Amino acid sequence: MASKRIGVYICHCGVNIAQNVRIDDLRAFAAGLPGVRVAQNYMYMCSEPGQEMIRKDIAENRLDRIVVVACSPRMHEPTFRNAMKSAGLNPYCLEMANIREQCAWVHKDADVATAKAKSLLAAAVTKVSLLEPLEEREVPVTKTAMVIGGGIAGIQAALDIADSGFKTYLVEKDASIGGHMMQLDKTFPTLDCSACILTPKMADIKNHPNIELLAYSEVTDVKGFVGNFKVTVKRKPRYIDENICNACGSCAKYCAIAIKDSFNAGLSKLQALHIPFPQAIPAAYVIDPLACRYTREGTCRQCEQVCKDLNAINLDMQEHSIELDVGTMIMATGFEPFDANRKPELGYGRYENVITGMEFERIVSASGPNQGQLLINGKKPKEVVFIQCVGSRDKTVGNEYCSRVCCMYTAKHAHLVREKLPDAKITIFYIDVRAFGKGYEEFYDRVKGEEVYYRRGNVSEVYRKGDKLICRGEDTLLGQALEVPADLVVLAVGLEPSPGARELGQLLKLSKSPDGFFLEGHPKLRPVETGSDGVFLAGCCQGPKDIPDTVAQAGAAAAKAIIPLAQGMVKTETMVARVRAEACRACGYCVDACPYDAIALGEVRLGRATKTAAVVNEVLCKSCGACSAVCLSGAIQQSGFTDDQLLAVIGAIGKEY
Amino acid sequence: MSSFEPKIVAFLCNWCTYAGADLAGTSRYQYPPNVRVIRVMCSSRINPAFIINALLEGADGVLVSGCHPGECHYTSGNYMARRRLVLMHRMLEYLGIHPDRFRMSWVSASEGAKWAEVVTEVTEAVKVLGPNVIKREQVWMQQSL
Repeated sequence: MASKRIGVYICHCGVNIAQNVRIDDLRAFAAGLPGVRVAQNYMYMCSEPGQEMIRKDIAENRLDRIVVVACSPRMHEPTFRNAMKSAGLNPYCLEMANIREQCAWVHKDADVATAKAKSLLAAAVTKVSLLEPLEEREVPVTKTAMVIGGGIAGIQAALDIADSGFKTYLVEKDASIGGHMMQLDKTFPTLDCSACILTPKMADIKNHPNIELLAYSEVTDVKGFVGNFKVTVKRKPRYIDENICNACGSCAKYCAIAIKDSFNAGLSKLQALHIPFPQAIPAAYVIDPLACRYTREGTCRQCEQVCKDLNAINLDMQEHSIELDVGTMIMATGFEPFDANRKPELGYGRYENVITGMEFERIVSASGPNQGQLLINGKKPKEVVFIQCVGSRDKTVGNEYCSRVCCMYTAKHAHLVREKLPDAKITIFYIDVRAFGKGYEEFYDRVKGEEVYYRRGNVSEVYRKGDKLICRGEDTLLGQALEVPADLVVLAVGLEPSPGARELGQLLKLSKSPDGFFLEGHPKLRPVETGSDGVFLAGCCQGPKDIPDTVAQAGAAAAKAIIPLAQGMVKTETMVARVRAEACRACGYCVDACPYDAIALGEVRLGRATKTAAVVNEVLCKSCGACSAVCLSGAIQQSGFTDDQLLAVIGAIGKEY
Repeated sequence: MSSFEPKIVAFLCNWCTYAGADLAGTSRYQYPPNVRVIRVMCSSRINPAFIINALLEGADGVLVSGCHPGECHYTSGNYMARRRLVLMHRMLEYLGIHPDRFRMSWVSASEGAKWAEVVTEVTEAVKVLGPNVIKREQVWMQQSL
């Protein structure tokens, strides 16, 4: 093999690297390594002049291997690969030594950081000289998207994708789309009616020719890769055909089984046979199999009789699964309000006049259990206390994060109380007020001017005294303990990841951040992408956010999900496993090790003879390398991470420099 | 022995621990410089021979770190690595190498602080064991094989 002509490029990254690593030492060291023809350094290698330097050297010095000594390959590997490609060099003849994240930023001592940088550089030069050019391949994309979750995030994302001309499946686990936004009364800071701005979008979902709504359904399995996912969706039996039901409601009159109305946060009852809420989409009734007398005990069937003419009710409906081909997916699984029972000192569950923010929304909503009248036990409360940060910014319940919406929804609640009860005394306990959005500070100011008392401090205990509740806390501005009586206490509960999101995330191989929400591809530059190509995030599944941010993020996720669909082709993995058939003993260990069924034993030609050997389907291979680790004869090797390459790196790292 | 600075070779999966180590850098967590990282796409790529080779080629300790169980980017690669590499401890013992010279950990892409902790712990543990005497030059070379 002809000796390699290696170029080494050391980046200062401004002062990020240069302040802790001695660049000149490193360059002199690099120049002395075998095969290195050019060793250069530059302020910002990723900048256009930096890339030009590499391109020029490739042309002038006939370089065939490049080592960039800079930041993480997870950051700039594509940048330098593109630079090499444009200079006519195979982009896979690149190796990066990560001396920023692994040396300069984590070791203050320049001697130590420089010594470690030399070792990483030597390993990179060793590896690059063993790298082989690799071919990129493309496969066609299924021009269909799937959005999981039918709250405002999922609705917006599905509409945006569908509007750009691509078929979109919207999967919702509940019987209707709408999500938590549908339960809200008003939205801050404009006081728009939440249902009024959401229901037109829900109707659009139903009427859109490119959207297929799969309500009352759950994703149970995902296989494949970007452009070619195979998704299994479980369709739960609704017992009422949503395409036939005209939501006349005659059947419900005959259903005597009462269940908690989860749409009204459990504050009222509805029948086992019910429509989730009047504006539900699909506009069809549903039967709760856990409550229905027929599904539980095998008797009744009265509703079927009532619906004889239309024949929409089928109590023998069975759960079934369907398999769908999609190109890209958007996660929009939303949030779950914090369970206030986990803060027992605040009296939730013990005193019925301690309620959560979501329950307050339903109570004051005109479509709620009280038709919008603010009544507690049939009486108008005279003193109302709001407690913020319940389940947020609270390490005792494991939630260090700020839920971002509670300050503003509490201000909105206070305003609604003032509207309905002009004489009520309103107190808000807060840690800090975060009014960061457009129009938020102005709204907060307006509420403060409506005789709402903001008291800085946490409430440590809520207890009953006579017919009042007492909120005991400390005003940390005055440095005084205080007790505020209340007829109604509203807990501003925070947001937690949706309970089903965890398993779904595991199916899609999504990482989570420490707060339990899904981790985005990059906190700044890839805010809706994930570690899994072709899977994007929208709304609160990525972290708590308000409605404007959710809608904006949903649009962004839709745009990203459209890109592969519009391109029509996606690149497959390049660093796939390759087999040297002459060394393969056809033991099949690699076949068992492959998580993607990408390897099979088959007949291959070797010169004039044929033999049985492992054969890799390069489209299915995802480049994990599991096969290479189990191969006893070294016949199957992951390109770019072969045994020879890794053993050489191990040797180079072991040496002293 | 107090001046002994061990060399530790760490094989990190691209998706979780390598990203976690990047985050440790971005967050400027300071940790001992003894660890040298080799990036692989998945912890399942690690052949037990790599670990023995690293110990022969100059490492005083070896770390393999991947995604948390259940969170592997390749579905099940880390389970495979775990099944294979727990046996490593007994293998090393059989070879006369202290099993504590090898360690596995799970560090996710969001656990920069945990990466710094793992590096600190591994470095301290190997420091206590002292230099690895089974390095190729120390054993094989002296016996002029």
